[in-house]
Amino acid sequence: MEAASALELEPTRLVDTTPSWSLPDRGKVGMAAFIIAESAIFTIFVVAYLFYLGKSLTGPTPRDVLETPIFYTICLLSSSVTIHLAGQRLGRGQPVIFLVLWLLTIVLGGLFMYGTAQEWHRLIYERGLTISTNLFGTTYYSLVGLHAFHVTVGLLMLAIVLVSGLAGRVGTAHSARVDVLSLYWHFVDAVWVVVFTVVYIIGR
Amino acid sequence: MSSDAIAVGGVLLDEPTWGETLHEWVTTVDHKRIGIMYVVSALLFLLLGGLEALIIRIQLMYPHNDFVSPQVFNRMFTMHGTTMIFFVAMPILFGFGNYLVPLMIGARDMAFPRLNAFSFWLATLGGLLLYFSFLGGSGLYAAGTAPDVGWWAYAPLTSRAFSPGSSADYWTIAVLVSGFGSIGTAINLIATILCMRCPGMTLGRMPLLAWLYLTMAGMVLIALTPLSAAQIMLLIDRYLGGHFFDTQAGGSATLWMHFFWIFGHPEVYILIIPCFAFMSEIIPVFSRKPIFGYPVMVAATVCIAFVSMSVWAHHMFTIGMSSYANSFFTITTMAVGVPTGIKIFNWLGTMWGGRIQFRTPMLFAIGFLFQFLIAGLTGIMLAASPFDWQLSHSYFVVAHFHYVIVGGILFAIFAAFYYWYPKVTGRMLSERLGRIHFWLFVIGFHLTFDLMHVPGLLGMPRRIYTYEPGRGWETLNLLVSVGSIIQAISVLVFVANLIRSYWKGARAGKDPWDGWTLEWSISSPPPAYNFAAIPDVASRRPLWDRKHPEDPDSRYE
Repeated sequence: MEAASALELEPTRLVDTTPSWSLPDRGKVGMAAFIIAESAIFTIFVVAYLFYLGKSLTGPTPRDVLETPIFYTICLLSSSVTIHLAGQRLGRGQPVIFLVLWLLTIVLGGLFMYGTAQEWHRLIYERGLTISTNLFGTTYYSLVGLHAFHVTVGLLMLAIVLVSGLAGRVGTAHSARVDVLSLYWHFVDAVWVVVFTVVYIIGR
Repeated sequence: MSSDAIAVGGVLLDEPTWGETLHEWVTTVDHKRIGIMYVVSALLFLLLGGLEALIIRIQLMYPHNDFVSPQVFNRMFTMHGTTMIFFVAMPILFGFGNYLVPLMIGARDMAFPRLNAFSFWLATLGGLLLYFSFLGGSGLYAAGTAPDVGWWAYAPLTSRAFSPGSSADYWTIAVLVSGFGSIGTAINLIATILCMRCPGMTLGRMPLLAWLYLTMAGMVLIALTPLSAAQIMLLIDRYLGGHFFDTQAGGSATLWMHFFWIFGHPEVYILIIPCFAFMSEIIPVFSRKPIFGYPVMVAATVCIAFVSMSVWAHHMFTIGMSSYANSFFTITTMAVGVPTGIKIFNWLGTMWGGRIQFRTPMLFAIGFLFQFLIAGLTGIMLAASPFDWQLSHSYFVVAHFHYVIVGGILFAIFAAFYYWYPKVTGRMLSERLGRIHFWLFVIGFHLTFDLMHVPGLLGMPRRIYTYEPGRGWETLNLLVSVGSIIQAISVLVFVANLIRSYWKGARAGKDPWDGWTLEWSISSPPPAYNFAAIPDVASRRPLWDRKHPEDPDSRYE
């Protein structure tokens, strides 16, 4: 093989014989890089939202139509806690409690999406605000929609884990992968803190 | 291209058929094959983009020329710019990164092989989509074919009112899709470099190429994504009736400019940093000396990455920003020249006192050093906002950035081709054709882009499809066009060399250049698994240590 090559003095060692050599987990690093990229995308949408605040030529304005979704925000933020606890339980080898907490996370995320759907329905059908109404509509639906899109993708991935878990295929061995998915979910929640601050606090 | 025999149960199978080979390549997740596919697809797009450049130059050869119509001319410069940046430079550099990074850090593949294949196909399909616009761009309105909005696609030209049909959408979606591919590859490179290094390869012992690709990938994450975001906004404007860049509804055209250049300027550094990486591998080997100032090189690179994120608005001096903004972006732009200058001095320091071998890769590397320096100097000139007010949108600017992209990036890419082709194919590129390629290209390049500064200084604006005689531009434009034809011939020599040497080139063996990094320790082309046994590294030049056990680098680091 290669080791028996022209350079006889090739010093080779197998990876597992060097316990001192440890590198970061590629899943976590990959997800962290992905989160940095996503943060840049969200930053641009947030900048656009702030830049166009109060520049709409026609109504309605944020002050007229927006209502602070406190309950649904609490739902989403607490889902970060439940997913964290779920991951811990999986690591300790308690798959049933893991599944219960995981399901709770999905329910909380689903509630948040229901809240967004309700809010959009009210804005569109009662307040007549669509994405093409004015600059506020364009930037509001884009920013909140981009976040909702990320929550939806997150829910789909959580659901895949749930189904696998119900089929008995998620165990302690998968703990690291589940943690990578939790990282994404925490990110989606953190983005909501920013979006909430920008749209419902600064924006009004 | 792989020379591995396929053995099943100890029985050698017959040569695979055409269909099987194709299937193997299309479904591959091997970083080396994906790297090769990146480079080959980029070379095809290079020929297309070059053809468009030739059409532009033929049109501008004489005053009042009517080789193409104004409409076609607009499409040509739009497609030329978009193709060269997104579908030539990016994929070629990602291709080299894909191929080299795992080999140089002693890994068997990238961190996420399937994401790697996915990213490649996204990037390539983006390019095909862009070129499909020649057929599908007219849309239902039968207006226009290929995009004609310029490669930066300023608002409100891209709105439905001014760009009916689908041509602008092809541009948007092609660039968006290939951008997602680039982000995927960047994530992959970062995870590979941080998590897949062989034992002993600490961050401080990585080849500079790995360090520079790590920096470049980090920049892609932060700089390419604003463009993706802006493209999504443009699609919302065009398809959902949004008003992001709709000036009639209070939207801002300037905001698009900011978003575009927040991507656009770091993009230049995203392209040049891998070229710095090639220089940092090639110059030491052909100077027979280790790189001068390794830690400073790393620090300067990371410094460039940070500073280059805050220079973008020097593309926008003429839109009327405040004097504070003008001053800020003038200063930051000049500041980015400092770490870049450090790098140039370090390469010169590496060559100083070395036994320099003037092989083709080194010729291109020296061309790079010289031309990149001049490109930087005109960059400093344009960074001064009052100077820029005079020369923005003139051929001086066109000459400046082609000096960077052709004189810098393309020369470095050619150097990399001559240097690593033996590793990839197992054959040497012909030195004789290489020298013809180099000298023809140097002559053509300088004829075109040295002279192109002058019509700019004389007031010739960019993106005009023809001009009046009697302004002193005729001879210069003719010579510029002649230079571009010489460059085209030179590139054909290069392509001929690539093809001919694949079958007829001298056998390269493992290590034709007496190199010091891990890719030269394995056969050429490398086996699918790269390393039979994962190597163990004790210094920045692991192969030097193996070849000179009596005086290893590890003793001094």
